[in-house]
Amino acid sequence: MMRHLKNVATLKLDIETCTGCGLCIAVCPHAVFALADSKAHIIDLDACMECGACARNCPVSALSVDSGAGCASGIIKGLLNGSGECCCDKGNGCC
Amino acid sequence: MSTCCCKNNECQPKREAWVIGEIETPAGKVPILGTRLTFHDVLGALKVRFAIGRHTYTVQPGLYAIGKPTAESPVFVSANYKLSFDHLRYALGGTDGWVMVLDTQGINVWCAAGKGTFGTEEIVNRVQQTKLDQVVTHRKLIVPQLGAPGVSAPEVARQCGFSVVYGPVRAEDIPFFLENNFTAIPEMRRVRFALRDRIAVIPVELIIWFKQALILAAVLALLSGFSRDGYSLAHAPHAFGLVFAAWLTGGAIVPMLLPFIPGHAFSLKGVWAGLLLWVMLGSANLMGTAPLIELGWGMLITAIVSFMALNFTGTSTYTSMSGVKKEMKIAIPLQLVAVLCGTVLIVLGGLS
Ligand code: SF4
Ligand code: SF4
Repeated sequence: MMRHLKNVATLKLDIETCTGCGLCIAVCPHAVFALADSKAHIIDLDACMECGACARNCPVSALSVDSGAGCASGIIKGLLNGSGECCCDKGNGCC
Repeated sequence: MSTCCCKNNECQPKREAWVIGEIETPAGKVPILGTRLTFHDVLGALKVRFAIGRHTYTVQPGLYAIGKPTAESPVFVSANYKLSFDHLRYALGGTDGWVMVLDTQGINVWCAAGKGTFGTEEIVNRVQQTKLDQVVTHRKLIVPQLGAPGVSAPEVARQCGFSVVYGPVRAEDIPFFLENNFTAIPEMRRVRFALRDRIAVIPVELIIWFKQALILAAVLALLSGFSRDGYSLAHAPHAFGLVFAAWLTGGAIVPMLLPFIPGHAFSLKGVWAGLLLWVMLGSANLMGTAPLIELGWGMLITAIVSFMALNFTGTSTYTSMSGVKKEMKIAIPLQLVAVLCGTVLIVLGGLS
């Protein structure tokens, strides 16, 4: 698996609130979570790309992440004219 | 492009090549989709890959049928980007079902989800507009997993009564997903960035940088013309050649070899690739005639490759915004310094 920088992802899980529904596991494209003892656990924080899918779908708001496109030209454009649009050529041919 | 004939406020999709018939439903007539891709579809996909007219590759949003669906057949949600739509209808060959196409302004599912156009609001609106509750008796939507950044499954259920089931990442896994009782195995939930995915994006990568590379080459060609004997453009082809080599390295070699180049930061991977190019061109005596010029060009091509590599984060499928911001803070100032120093060096080298 390819990895970007370590220890930067802003993902947080409030394990007390988590009901173990498993939705975050279903939506995460990088297998960041695993279910154990009826709770979600972050098992691979450095794989998180901050897409925000887990936090948006968690029914009890146990997850938070500062989401946004991990895209340099989007960030540069955002700094220059206030609106960060990504070039958006996600190369996975899937969607 | 589809057009609309908006009589009585009712938008009926124009009969497109991929529509092979119509089916009567309690909510009106619904077009039936073909599940075979034609030469035209394949040609269109190729054009997208080579960035020819990619912004107009859309499908009319709305409800479509696949096969001979009934009120119990599954409903698949898609974007109105024709490639997303084609992948889905092709994967659904032999299945009976419904396809609800959202208006994502011709953007693919994942990117549109990131922007929010593939999202809760659009799903809820589209369900109401297509009167989906009259077409099917169940209350389930199969949404592609990559739509999840824009869609809140609990919110969709609250607002329109349809529960969201996330399908696999890749449309080709849908038949398995359907047979496996609407569950995807973990492997089908993961996004990859395999060699063929990376190769597929190379043409677009090269095309989006072509203009910038040309302008930069022209500027450097002009600046490298000063010498003690006056001004000449004799070095211009050299300047164009070197920028072209850097452009090819940053746009094709780095994406292709991405996992094999050392480092986690893309800009650093770009530095290694740039330095290697420098050494290779240098050993072929192609870097310049004077040591200053050679050094200046070395810094320039390394900066160009590093900058293009940094921008490849937007195309890759695994970088986070926090990570990219962190590497930009270090990389961009260094790249600027390298470009400035490199430019000064080639001018001085010419004059000395
Ligand atoms: S979606 Fe939320 S509640 Fe469900 S398992 Fe994940 S963290 Fe827990
Ligand atoms: S933000 Fe995206 S990548 Fe990160 S844990 Fe959530 S779903 Fe996974």
